Amino acid sequence: MELSSQIKTALADPDRKILLMTHIVLGYPSLETNRRVIEQMVANGVDLIEMQIPFSEPMADGPVIVKANQEAIERGITVRRCLDFAREMTATHAIPFLFMTYYNIIFKFGVEEFFREAKEIGIRGFIIPDLPPEEGEDFFAQSRRYGIAAILIYAPTSTPERMRELARYSRGFIYCAARKGVTGKQTDFDASFNDYMRTCRENTDLPLAVGFGISSKEDVDYLTGKADIAVIGTRTIKLVEEQGVAAVGPFIAGLR
Amino acid sequence: MNKPGYYGEWGGAFIPEVLYQTFCELNEAFQKAKADPAFWQEYLSLMSTYSCRPTPLTHAENLSRHFGGAQIFIKREDLNHTGAHKANNVMGQGLLVKRMGKTRVIAETGAGQHGVATATMAAKFGFACTIYMGEEDVQRQRPNVFWMEKLGSTVVPVTSGSKTLKDAINEAFRDWVTRMDDTHYVMGTVCGPHPFPEMVAWFQSIIGREACGQIKQQFGRQPSRVYACVGGGSNAMGIFQGFLDNPAVELVGVEAGGKGLDSGMHASRLAAKDGSPGVAQGYKTMFLQNSDGQMMDTHSVAAGLDYVGVSPILTDLWQQKRVRFSAATDAEVMAALDLTMKKEGIIPALESAHAFVQAFKEAGEMGRDEAIIINMSGRGDKDIFTIAHAFNDPSWKEFIKKKGIEYGA
Repeated sequence: MELSSQIKTALADPDRKILLMTHIVLGYPSLETNRRVIEQMVANGVDLIEMQIPFSEPMADGPVIVKANQEAIERGITVRRCLDFAREMTATHAIPFLFMTYYNIIFKFGVEEFFREAKEIGIRGFIIPDLPPEEGEDFFAQSRRYGIAAILIYAPTSTPERMRELARYSRGFIYCAARKGVTGKQTDFDASFNDYMRTCRENTDLPLAVGFGISSKEDVDYLTGKADIAVIGTRTIKLVEEQGVAAVGPFIAGLR
Repeated sequence: MNKPGYYGEWGGAFIPEVLYQTFCELNEAFQKAKADPAFWQEYLSLMSTYSCRPTPLTHAENLSRHFGGAQIFIKREDLNHTGAHKANNVMGQGLLVKRMGKTRVIAETGAGQHGVATATMAAKFGFACTIYMGEEDVQRQRPNVFWMEKLGSTVVPVTSGSKTLKDAINEAFRDWVTRMDDTHYVMGTVCGPHPFPEMVAWFQSIIGREACGQIKQQFGRQPSRVYACVGGGSNAMGIFQGFLDNPAVELVGVEAGGKGLDSGMHASRLAAKDGSPGVAQGYKTMFLQNSDGQMMDTHSVAAGLDYVGVSPILTDLWQQKRVRFSAATDAEVMAALDLTMKKEGIIPALESAHAFVQAFKEAGEMGRDEAIIINMSGRGDKDIFTIAHAFNDPSWKEFIKKKGIEYGA
């Protein structure tokens, strides 16, 4: 099933008013830890997982994820090892897995080669924060050809006109950055956020994911009814750093 | 140009969505300013009263005689306010910021030159100013940090990545995506997402416009070759634009050869075989990166050339074979600096001395009736700590030790 239909079907379940997507930085602190974290996430009801292939220049990320990218590279993660690990994850778990990375990783690998291998692995979507549609002709063509969703980002600075333009290219869902800035910092949910979500909804038929600073049950509750997917990124990385892998399961279970 | 912001296959604007609107506004403001003759007049007037424009073209008679070949002329960008060509770009962007009505500027800096220049501009125009600088560069360039702070700017040491220029650029972008409404990012070189390469090249073109007229006046005709050092490439683009239309003038870019092109410790993206096409920091160019696309550590005695990427405009001119690229090693740079000081009483910055190296290699083989121009992008005397260290000067070390004792070290 196409990713957006799959998401909509999942949301039709009255017990699943909002879906959860989590974020993993591959190779941080190690692939073995990633494996155990993903296992706990899936066992506790996470609906989608985005796996970040580390890049040395993660321009759109905040300090926690920047450090994770850097240390993963220093500890020897490679694109090849990320792809092999992803193959293992999609074979082990039934939920949709996405790749998040920066464009240079794909460009250097070869755009078509990357899509071909991702298709073979069973990756369902790509999130590339530094690739606007204007620069991604080849990328978006391959995305359609291989049927892997190119997920575009809405920002609070996006005009309605721009949102409609982005929606023409996006597949699967739209990733709405909850606020300006980089990943990791807490987001204040206020009236202007509600207006923003309303504008997002008015300008696409795709499901809406909300990320950037989502870290608690209160946040997820707040988003329920406004968004279709809550994205938990930095919070679980910090949780593993501070309390170890075993803390991830109860944390995820307590979010919804 | 196929697409706006592209030079051949290089350039573009690989920016996160949150900045899309900001770039639309910046493009509009810049194109309006560029089309408005009054804006350039305002810029010229500012540069002739606040900085030292036009900067002189100096005939280096002793060096010319020493090599016995081409007549060597030096374009004196060191005589700008703050001692380098950086002032040209910064003051231009300052005028643009005023037009856009923004009140805060941010900038990255490697050696500190661009940071100091931005800090002076912010002080003059009354903007709040934050400068991002790699922690390693903060250590290496302490005097520039002192001046930026004294000029009223906040200097933020960047501790991520290699803690150098590219990391300072990433951090400046992270600030900008958080605060684009009142803030303009004063990119320091002809790199980054469109319109920065075009914008910075336009402001720096003042160097080439002057040099083209000056050489005609002093030498009677155009030079055979023009040399410039290339880090990001802004001083090179500045002077080259005065001669690009004349195919008889050969343009030579000199990159940092560091410890040698075979050592892996250099910053030669085009002159060495180690560079490859990539997309980072918002644009597409030749980067020093590994086969996975991770950026590599670079090395140069000159912090201002120590960078993984290079201007997309220069990469295109290199590909078209309009600009020839070579590299100068750290050791060659120190020898050229020494010779220039002794023969002419002129102190080039370590960055600029790279251009002198290549010019000195070629001048002797050229005719005495030919002229060459070296773009001296900045002055070296303000980098006394770096240069004294690079010369391993014994009496300087003694002085520093005594100062240390005086400060209770």
